[in-house]
Amino acid sequence: MPNNNVQPPKASLWARLTRHQIVIPIAALLLLTIFNLIADPSFFNITLSDNSNGDPVLGGNLITIIDNGSELAILAIGMTLVTAASGGQDISVGAAIAISGSALLRVLCGGERTVDTFKNPLILAFLIACLVSMAFGAFNGVLVAFFKIQPMVATLILFTAGRNIACWINNSELPVVNDERLGYFGNYIPGIPIPTPFLIAVACFIITFLIMKFTNISLYVQSVGINEKSSRLNGLNPELIKLMTYVLLGLCVAVAALIKVGRISQINYSVIAKDIEMDAILAVALGGNALGGGKFSIASSVLGAYVIQFLTTTLYKFEVNAAALPAFKAVVVILLVVMSAPTVREKFSRLGRKLKKSKTAEAGNS
Amino acid sequence: MNDDSLLEMRGICKYFPGVKALQNVDFTLRKGEIHALMGENGAGKSTLIKVLTGVHVKDEGDIFLKDKGKVQIRSPQEAQNNGISTVYQEITLCPNLSVAENIFIGRGKGKFVKWRSMNKKAQELLDSLGIAIRANQQLASCSIAVQQMVAIARAVDMECSVLILDEPTSSLDENEVAKLFTLMRQLKERGVGIIFVTHFLDQVYEVCDRITVLRDGTLVGEYKIENLPRLQLVSKMLGKDLDDMADIKEAAPVYEGKDTTPVYEGKGLCSSEGINPFDFEIHPGEVNGFTGLLGSGRSECVRTIFGADKVTGGTVKMDGKPVKITKPREAMMNGIGYLPEDRKRDGIVGDLSVKDNIILALQVKTGFFKPFSKAKALEFANEYIKLLDIKTASVNTPIKSLSGGNQQKVILARWLLTHPKYLILDEPTRGIDIGTKTDIQKLVLKLASEGMSVTFISSETDEMLRTCSRLLVMRDRKLVGELTGDQLTQSAVMNTIAGGEKNAE
Repeated sequence: MPNNNVQPPKASLWARLTRHQIVIPIAALLLLTIFNLIADPSFFNITLSDNSNGDPVLGGNLITIIDNGSELAILAIGMTLVTAASGGQDISVGAAIAISGSALLRVLCGGERTVDTFKNPLILAFLIACLVSMAFGAFNGVLVAFFKIQPMVATLILFTAGRNIACWINNSELPVVNDERLGYFGNYIPGIPIPTPFLIAVACFIITFLIMKFTNISLYVQSVGINEKSSRLNGLNPELIKLMTYVLLGLCVAVAALIKVGRISQINYSVIAKDIEMDAILAVALGGNALGGGKFSIASSVLGAYVIQFLTTTLYKFEVNAAALPAFKAVVVILLVVMSAPTVREKFSRLGRKLKKSKTAEAGNS
Repeated sequence: MNDDSLLEMRGICKYFPGVKALQNVDFTLRKGEIHALMGENGAGKSTLIKVLTGVHVKDEGDIFLKDKGKVQIRSPQEAQNNGISTVYQEITLCPNLSVAENIFIGRGKGKFVKWRSMNKKAQELLDSLGIAIRANQQLASCSIAVQQMVAIARAVDMECSVLILDEPTSSLDENEVAKLFTLMRQLKERGVGIIFVTHFLDQVYEVCDRITVLRDGTLVGEYKIENLPRLQLVSKMLGKDLDDMADIKEAAPVYEGKDTTPVYEGKGLCSSEGINPFDFEIHPGEVNGFTGLLGSGRSECVRTIFGADKVTGGTVKMDGKPVKITKPREAMMNGIGYLPEDRKRDGIVGDLSVKDNIILALQVKTGFFKPFSKAKALEFANEYIKLLDIKTASVNTPIKSLSGGNQQKVILARWLLTHPKYLILDEPTRGIDIGTKTDIQKLVLKLASEGMSVTFISSETDEMLRTCSRLLVMRDRKLVGELTGDQLTQSAVMNTIAGGEKNAE
């Protein structure tokens, strides 16, 4: 066999795209878009109007999606890494947001119930929130990496206890910050018509992209996720790499918590970011990543997160009762996940090949 | 069928796609005998056992059983019903159930369990076999050897006449092995026929009555134990007659440079895998090898050198300077490369591309913050794909879709790319076609001529003799000999493997 075939074959962009896992969230996105276009094209209208403070801001369903999907998209980054390295998911991110947000407010309020201006600099509060949630991430990571506990079980501990810890941080009070600067992070910065959460999310994507480019994190994480034994024999430290992914997820949690708290300038630790862990895991699954670890694509997960938000917003738009929302979502999710399951995709591609073959056969006959 | 035989297999053939796993193999088991089934890896031992136990269905041949005549065995259940029981290397019982439950599980006739009578019957059975445990004890609380014996007790109680023990001793220590042998002898007195599969020669000579040797899927012969000394057994397993071995000695590279400092020098090395402490050194440009039968500890030795297992003792010097090597990373940093024996488990990273698999080790060596550019990685990959003639559709093909030989070359490329001073190759030629084998051997000699030190392990003595200038011989996890220069002959190697003159004629 000649050896001139080692260069990657020059496949068309289309062929390469359909083979990549990102095809799943893109297809889902297209489906939702087409559905909305048919049902009510006004869904995509974007308006520019003044908000209550008199600043011009963008409005419309699309803006709602990119705004409200931010926390989920940021969490999806960390969740993808955790899934790839440890072959399991962290179900404590919602509780961790409660903890991180509580820590943020605790520093901002300096222990008081209601404050009109920050008692401590915001940057300090945010750094402390980061440290706290990274520490809790490390706690999960140690349980998973060194004690070899199933990720879901290991993070179940914090899932159960997290909101109580959050409650304890602020002495069971619900602190309120009336300084409008905190609101900038959850809503709009005066003069900028784009919602700040989306800007923060974009910043996170750029940083992630740079990290992927300038470190070996992608290779190491995939290698550990696929074959831990041979990774070790190649000089990697699987435990440390798993731990690292949990700490990075902790960082994502802190950023998401800043946005969540910024939206309402206060915290209700028992409902903040409730059930977000399930959506985050779903985003990873929708992104076509193997939930058993291994190869991953963060871009796909992020897109998956926005698909989920798109779905939620669509359902709201069609005035689905808030209580019934999860049921509708579940139906759509089942469809999406089943469609993207490898066995189903295999069937589809075989069907496609058959159709093609019969077509060419017909062409040959005629 | 003879009167005293329990089981006769005649002309058994079994084909797998592209492989003749068994060709015309005969096997006879007599009443009250312990019969060893011997052969190197891939000789067809396990296939024969699987045919007998119904895991595989034979393609040709007949199986006869005492009192039943010709039988068809199409499933493990049928084998069981015909009184053929198997105890595997890994315990296949339920550790969280009691001993009695384990003995009787899945065998109740009625819907209800009579706990008292079950425990009583189990206890009687255990006592009769001299297994000193209580029947209501949880199985997990027993030692591995006892669990093994419970598995045997279960098999015996199912009125088996043929008992197959597939490597039962590989996880047992000496005392436990002795206990197991006592039990085996008891069963033998009861008239049970035992087929014993093991890699340990000493154990064969301690407990067996007869030996059947297989090689490359064919029957070599059946021998009474007293008629087949160790040396001949080894030569039959390896397929070399003693007579035509003398002239095999080729122009093996001469071992020179004893005066230079060793690249690697280890003293009193031992690991968690139970190797007797050993000393080892290798000089620049030297090719040496560990030889010995499978399970003799040769892989464990090199794993200790590379720090792949938990290193529990010993000191290491590289280029005369003391260094610490307890982790693969430390070994790599000191310029050691290691191609592991189990390619699938320890070597390849299945879903990753050929390119990523090639650059992995060097990338780890260069560090977390210094990833290669895409162009650089592609260049490395293409260079070694060309050098080693790796057949792959593209550099981005996942390695798991390559053939075994090409996967092996990718792993080899991975280590060559790190430019090691000392390269350990554990079974680099296993499961590889003959052309690739010679390629790898030539490459090893070429690398050595450029000053690299190589430790080469292979199950094929031929190959080792062709490439190595010094052979270290292992037996039962001990380093038992070292051969250099004129001693490098098949017969000398076999002599040392088999244990000196102890059993030679």
